[in-house]
Amino acid sequence: MENWLKNTRDWLDARFPVMDFWRGHLSEYYAPKNFNFWYYFGSLAILVLVLQILTGIFLTMNYKPTADTAFASVEYIMRDVKWGWLIRYLHSTGASFFFVVVYLHMFRALIYGSYRKPRELLWLFGVIIFLLLMAEAFMGYLLPWGQMSYWGAQVIISLFGAIPYIGNDLALWIRGDFVVADATLNRFFSFHVIAFPLIILGLVVFHLVALHSVGSNNPDGVEIKEKKNSKGIPLDGIPFHPYYTVKDMYGVVGFLIIFAAVVFYMPEMHGWFLEHDNFVPANPLKTPEHISPLWYFTPFYAILRAVPDKFLGVMAMGASIVMLFLLPWLDRSPVKSIRYKGWIFKAALAIFIISFVGLGYLGTVPATPVATWFSRLFSVLYFAFFIMMPFYSKWDHCKQPPERVKYK
Amino acid sequence: MSGEEEVDKSKRRILLAAATAMGGIGVAYVATPFIVSMDPSARAEAAGAPVEVDISKMQFGQLLTVEWRGKPVWILRRNEEMLKNMMSLNDQLRDPHSDELSQQPVYAKNDYRSINEEYMVMIGICTHLGCAPTFRPELAPEDLGPEWKGGFFCPCHGSRYDLAGRVFAGVPAPSNLVVPPYRFVTSTRLLIGVDPEHG
Amino acid sequence: MKRYSVKGLFLPGLFLLILSAPGSVWAVGSEVKLDRANIDLNDVESLRRGARYFADYCFNCHSIRFMRYSRISKDLEIPEDEVANTMLFTGAKIGDAMNIALAPDDAKRWFGVAPPDLSVESRSRGVDWIYTYLRSFYKDESRPWGVNNAVFKDVAMPHVLWELQGLQEASTGTIKSAEGVEHTVITGFNLVEKGKMTPDEFDNAVRDIVNFLAYVGEPTKTQRLSLGRWVLGFLVLYFVIMFFLKKEYWKDVK
Repeated sequence: MENWLKNTRDWLDARFPVMDFWRGHLSEYYAPKNFNFWYYFGSLAILVLVLQILTGIFLTMNYKPTADTAFASVEYIMRDVKWGWLIRYLHSTGASFFFVVVYLHMFRALIYGSYRKPRELLWLFGVIIFLLLMAEAFMGYLLPWGQMSYWGAQVIISLFGAIPYIGNDLALWIRGDFVVADATLNRFFSFHVIAFPLIILGLVVFHLVALHSVGSNNPDGVEIKEKKNSKGIPLDGIPFHPYYTVKDMYGVVGFLIIFAAVVFYMPEMHGWFLEHDNFVPANPLKTPEHISPLWYFTPFYAILRAVPDKFLGVMAMGASIVMLFLLPWLDRSPVKSIRYKGWIFKAALAIFIISFVGLGYLGTVPATPVATWFSRLFSVLYFAFFIMMPFYSKWDHCKQPPERVKYK
Repeated sequence: MSGEEEVDKSKRRILLAAATAMGGIGVAYVATPFIVSMDPSARAEAAGAPVEVDISKMQFGQLLTVEWRGKPVWILRRNEEMLKNMMSLNDQLRDPHSDELSQQPVYAKNDYRSINEEYMVMIGICTHLGCAPTFRPELAPEDLGPEWKGGFFCPCHGSRYDLAGRVFAGVPAPSNLVVPPYRFVTSTRLLIGVDPEHG
Repeated sequence: MKRYSVKGLFLPGLFLLILSAPGSVWAVGSEVKLDRANIDLNDVESLRRGARYFADYCFNCHSIRFMRYSRISKDLEIPEDEVANTMLFTGAKIGDAMNIALAPDDAKRWFGVAPPDLSVESRSRGVDWIYTYLRSFYKDESRPWGVNNAVFKDVAMPHVLWELQGLQEASTGTIKSAEGVEHTVITGFNLVEKGKMTPDEFDNAVRDIVNFLAYVGEPTKTQRLSLGRWVLGFLVLYFVIMFFLKKEYWKDVK
């Protein structure tokens, strides 16, 4: 290393825990060596977060958050601002990819039991981040002020009106007006651009601190800290740097290929990422024929619509997220990872996936009797996955997990 | 065993160098659109488009003000007396021959700082701290003294300019008033913001 | 030994399956089958013709306020003077936005509804819709302008292209819906008054207009597509390098 570089590092290190950080979180932080494909999505989530913040900053330079000018300002960005179209597409595609990555990231935790003790807090922080992310995306979607933006917001905020006694006042307070209006747009802009990103960033830091405090889980669900060598290094651990810095970088480039393909060749994704109706300026007097939330909300939207009562539907939708919080305490299996669980869990998981994806699809179509019937079925199965888990996780015949991780 | 490791290390170094180079190029390519996006947009460029001015009705000694790129542009129609008076001032001026090239286009680097001696085109912003000077064409007014041969007086800090926008010595302003690019579309129409077609 | 869980492929597989139903997400008002517009954004001649037709037939009532005249001049390689002569209203400059003189309140009084701005119409309705719509006007004496439209029932717009297409009459039939209710549907058109163009020529003219509107909807589309190739090429190369780098480092891990 160059002398001047070394001196700079030492000067900093005498005043700031540079080397402690480097050793503690990178060069001497030990992660299990058997991470597989499912382990890319954490670092990818950080990548997308940074991307959203960066593109968001540049969009905010030209976006105008008033009801009269918002729609036009987005088209201004798309046409008159140099490279504005690219920054806009990066941000809109990034929003959808954020949920792809986060859903896959959560799925990993589900199959390998990464929410189990001692990682319950890590999981809780994660679910909170997921909730905040949904709020952030919801508020961001109002900003283009298209028909879908407007009416989607109108519908979802009116759900708060379903809460007994305080509902109408609450919805009024959230909107700042009697219907979704300029006041709503302005405050959603404030929340979306500064308030929620700050909170999310803070929680991501907590999430990483909680992770590093106990160390990562792995696909075999074996605790690597239980078998250390004479130097105190886990036998199945490898230093995060350089092995996972290089591997994650590889994952980043692979991800960017898929991401760039969408950004440059199909940013609208046939109306899934940029809805066609949102190219019509918001009209408070004309409701579009189909109002559907963006794809990442549709499973929860389907659960909401499945319940015939408005307030109970809201409760059910809320409960579907609350289930996630309870997960660490619902799973009573003696093993963490699906690799060593029995057929009952595997069947339950398969049913859960089919239900969740099915609900997602049903959330996009009109509520016909047939669609509603299936939504109800899938909602029941969704909740059953969680509610029955304390029982079936105990009934399941599990295999003995290995002493050491399976690698090569 | 050590022979194998030697080969590995150089392979590692090459791959690392290639990956770092690609990363560096990638970062540069990604950063460029973001940085360029801060350049004036098509809307700013349209708003800053050249401005056509009809000078056919201008009287001698009249000052016309138009806006170009948000700035006041003065067009002054000078008569023979004004031009004669201007020429006698050279000793009192800081930059009588417009040697500071950034203040005017090359076709305005002459005695009258303009394409055509009759019409003076300049930006009406004092080169000191940006105030708008006042037009003082009268000779020897009380506040400006008996030597005053007509020009511009900036009320903020007292800077003075002659009728070609040339700054006097001993005033706070450091340079002559800026002459914008301009051309004569016809003898009675100016276009502010574009240089003349040839030379 | 890498093991990909089957469940791992199930989710992305289902995602791709859902993606392969493009038609499903257009919120088409009617169940009219749409004809394919088959436009080519790289056909600059077509775009120029489309711009001309737009200026002649559409621009009096429909603004395209997110476009600038200078942009059309540059992208479609039309000299600025020509654009100025054919499209600029008095007082407008070449860098201005393409607004119209018609006041929304007047328009509403005369047509019943203000003609919408068409800047992003191709992105909300789709090119096939607009292509079919412009060719689906038919005689209907009960309507204020004497015409109705098979794609947009009781539309307030007159058949501005009538002198090119001529006038059609609609032939109808009845179908039974799933619940057994009878509906009258339009089964086809036949030309009763000839226009200046043959049906094929008219189809091509409309295609040009739609092509122009598609360009107006997203002027940077061709740039986006061509840049994408380079970006992906770079990333694929980078990916290969990273693959070997990762493999090399991971030789250490036993």
